[in-house]
Amino acid sequence: MNTIAQPSSTAQPSTATEIANAGKTSTARTLVELRGVSKRFVKTLDLAEKAANLLGANVQEQVVRAVDKVDLTIAEGEVVGLVGESGCGKSTLGRIIAGILPQSEGTVAFRGRDVSALKGKDARDAALKIQMIFQDPYASLNPRMRVAEIIGEAPRHHGLVSAQGLDSYVEEVMLRVGLDPSFKRRYPHQFSGGQRQRIGIARALAVKPDFLVCDEAVAALDVSIQAQVLNLFMDLRSELGLTYLFISHDLGVVEHLSDRVAIMYLGRVVEMAATEELFAAPNHPYTQALLREVPRLDSRRRTFEPVKGEIPSPLSPPPGCHFHPRCPFAMDRCRTEQPALREVAPGRISACHLNDG
Amino acid sequence: MTAAVASPPATTLAATGTRVPQDTPALVVENLRTHFFTKAGVVKAVDDVSFSVNRGEILGLVGESGSGKTVTGFSILGLVDEPGRIVGGRILFNGEDIAGYGDDRMRNLRGKKIAMIFQDPMMTLNPVLRIDTQMVEAIQAHEKVSRADALARARDALGQVGIASPEERLHAYPHQFSGGMRQRVSIAIALINKPDLIVADEPTTALDVTIQGQILYEVQKLARGTRTALIWITHDLSVVAGLADKVCVMYAGRVVESGTVDEVLDRPLHPYTHGLIGSVPSQNNRGQPLRQIPGMTPSLLNLPAGCAFRTRCPRADKVCEVEPDLTSPLPNREIRCFHPHLEGAA
Amino acid sequence: MSPPANPKAAAAVTMAEAPAVGARAAPVQTPLRRFLSEFAESKVAVGALVVLILVVLCAVFAPWIAPQNPYDLGQISILDGRLEPGSESMDGWTFWLGTDDQGRDMVSAILYGLRISLGVGVTSGMIAVFIGLTVGMIAAYFGGKVDTVIMRVVDLQLSFPAILVALILLAVLGTGVDKIVIALVVVQWAYYARTVRASSLVERRKEYMEAAHCLALPTRRILFRHMLPNVLPPLIVVATVQVAHAISLEATLSFLGLGLPITEPSLGLLISNGFKYVLSGKYWISVFPGVALLITIVVINLVGDRLRDVLNPRLQR
Repeated sequence: MNTIAQPSSTAQPSTATEIANAGKTSTARTLVELRGVSKRFVKTLDLAEKAANLLGANVQEQVVRAVDKVDLTIAEGEVVGLVGESGCGKSTLGRIIAGILPQSEGTVAFRGRDVSALKGKDARDAALKIQMIFQDPYASLNPRMRVAEIIGEAPRHHGLVSAQGLDSYVEEVMLRVGLDPSFKRRYPHQFSGGQRQRIGIARALAVKPDFLVCDEAVAALDVSIQAQVLNLFMDLRSELGLTYLFISHDLGVVEHLSDRVAIMYLGRVVEMAATEELFAAPNHPYTQALLREVPRLDSRRRTFEPVKGEIPSPLSPPPGCHFHPRCPFAMDRCRTEQPALREVAPGRISACHLNDG
Repeated sequence: MTAAVASPPATTLAATGTRVPQDTPALVVENLRTHFFTKAGVVKAVDDVSFSVNRGEILGLVGESGSGKTVTGFSILGLVDEPGRIVGGRILFNGEDIAGYGDDRMRNLRGKKIAMIFQDPMMTLNPVLRIDTQMVEAIQAHEKVSRADALARARDALGQVGIASPEERLHAYPHQFSGGMRQRVSIAIALINKPDLIVADEPTTALDVTIQGQILYEVQKLARGTRTALIWITHDLSVVAGLADKVCVMYAGRVVESGTVDEVLDRPLHPYTHGLIGSVPSQNNRGQPLRQIPGMTPSLLNLPAGCAFRTRCPRADKVCEVEPDLTSPLPNREIRCFHPHLEGAA
Repeated sequence: MSPPANPKAAAAVTMAEAPAVGARAAPVQTPLRRFLSEFAESKVAVGALVVLILVVLCAVFAPWIAPQNPYDLGQISILDGRLEPGSESMDGWTFWLGTDDQGRDMVSAILYGLRISLGVGVTSGMIAVFIGLTVGMIAAYFGGKVDTVIMRVVDLQLSFPAILVALILLAVLGTGVDKIVIALVVVQWAYYARTVRASSLVERRKEYMEAAHCLALPTRRILFRHMLPNVLPPLIVVATVQVAHAISLEATLSFLGLGLPITEPSLGLLISNGFKYVLSGKYWISVFPGVALLITIVVINLVGDRLRDVLNPRLQR
């Protein structure tokens, strides 16, 4: 349960590189690297509240630390799973990587270059290389555009394909994701959820990305359609050499697809390891609870031993280790001191004071 | 009609006030049909569905979107609105057929004898009323009790569903609770009048895994403790695996397989159940393509003749163009298929 | 059943996936066609639409349909004044709805008056929509200080009663059709801006907007090709009903004697002129223009109501 590789209590927290590379087995090139990425959402005081403060009230600014100093490295060709429950920041982190949200601190590097430092054509090329697949098949497609335009708009605009070649290009992409090209003049409302998700994938593929961030991409689909779309992801990975960040709350799906898995809780990464190792022997108490609570097909009429307590609000996370109010092993130290991410075995990192021996 | 002297058969109160033997199943649904008469055509949302639930038993009603599981739940509670209505079959609650009950008679039953828990707790909770007001209202609508007594019962109910410091929580408004807490309050309201039957429509689907675990724990404990019959509607076979005693798998408005949870999940007979279980990632090898069911659920306006699953079934042939009846190839198992997976154990 | 590796074979698998639309699927069902078929389900709305089209046609073709040009002082004779409906004119044709105190044929006056009312209502509506749309979308898309400043101006504008603002403007600007249009635009744009901002904020959050951002599309294109077409439906509903409102506002202003000269009477002015004769039995000078105005406003409202129901996103999917 609590495997300890470095028993010395004076062991230093792992370097950023070690943390970021936890679990990697190959020496493939780094594709995306996050260093110290944080995202704060601040609800600034409006005029009325500022006036109230002048009169003596003590209205605080509300700050949500959605993502709290996250380091992560993703190598070319691998699938990294990102797991967590509500408020853990996984969707926010995904959007920061995809370039939809700017980070408050830290750097996002693509192929070794800081994305926010790029300008002009370089910035645009980097932006197109990282694409996102969204959760809601109904809200992620513009209802007033035909499928052909949804898929073809960006490659045409950015000059990836000529005006004459556009039609056949769109058809080719549609075939690749398993859609009938003769449907290309239809509107999204004429398709089912699974098909719409495929259209979203086609839209992303049309700009020839290297990296896909899948934000709960199959969560809204029926189980039988989920399997189809997941298989499509795996096919595309081998056919096109894509790299994935697979964000999900569904541990079964993550276990099946990912090479490495990172667990997040209230904005922080609490554990990261190669998939098989993580699922076989979870180290962090939260990971253990999560794996225990996941309903599995083969566990019958078990007596549930639930984790106590609610997930705290991200507006006021508990001090020290965020998980301590719900942790069955909490000590005094956990209430005051945030545990550092530490390498507990080759390629495994975990943030828990129990690992200090 | 009072009980006679030496050990009469244990009885319970049926909907009409007569007493029926206690081992009568709490709910027997027989050949239920609920159709929606839309301008695009007739949608046979529920088309010949039968099952039964005993007191203290948990039945899992499993299906994907369009399977009719939610409409079945709504039909039991008489909540099907125009353009839909129950067109056939019987719903025997404690022995009495409530399928034809009008709104006023159903209102006496709802909240008192039969309760429902919805996927979105805000379908149960009124956002502008405090929790204590709503719970007291739920009690006083069916019984003449004083407000103090009602409040005491409400406090107990909240404690029973695992809400800490219920006294304070009673004075709060729904928006001050998290999603998991609100769902717990909905469950407390469902339980507060000690119903004989609870229909739960995907109550934990939108909740986090750890919160879902807590709620499943509480629900299971309560259902067994109070001997309430529970129908748990879900698309998630894994939840049913841990929670239910029996399971009915629905597809396109019909029950295609039913039996005990162990039997159906360990040895699925119907190709749809077989395919569904096969496509769950944990049942597949890592890195290998998932076994998938090809195609998609047909539109309920355009069902194929005969077996609704045949367009996606690897075992389908000409025989399947006639709709299969319910058969019982093994004891306590029912399926609707001409080519079940009877060969060997799964 | 493992998925085929060949993409063309994959298409064969999904050939079995018929689109989710039921029996009435056209090969391509444009949003417009779908919208029209849903609209047509209400007989009342269709009836109202027919009447509205008639009214608009009358207004547009007034110079050709009207028996007389009521603005041409040479064509009217005061001796024909205040004649009853059905009376004969000096030239031998019938005043079907009577004449007003200047001797104008009521039918012609109403047709020309409709022309003015509709013209002013629609023109001011369109200009106000254009301004409101631009301002509202900019406020919603850019947020922050831009949004705050714009919305405070909108709030300020909306806190003044429309009539008051119009009266003041017309007192300053004087009479004339163009002055009325300006006044109506000033009074209406803020309402559109607020409506557009609200629906833009909703659309902004949707994932297809995030996807457009992800695809590195320029802001201008995102606003016009992605946000605008989805913001329009609620705006169309509001605009339809607001045109009716603008028409009645213009009628009110004319009734009060502002905006339009006596020689170019709108319906409001006709009603005003005839008011003094109502109690002495010459009802037709006020009542008929009033009825015409009423019909116009009612049918616009009925059509707008139906539009609102059809375009209601909660009923869509």
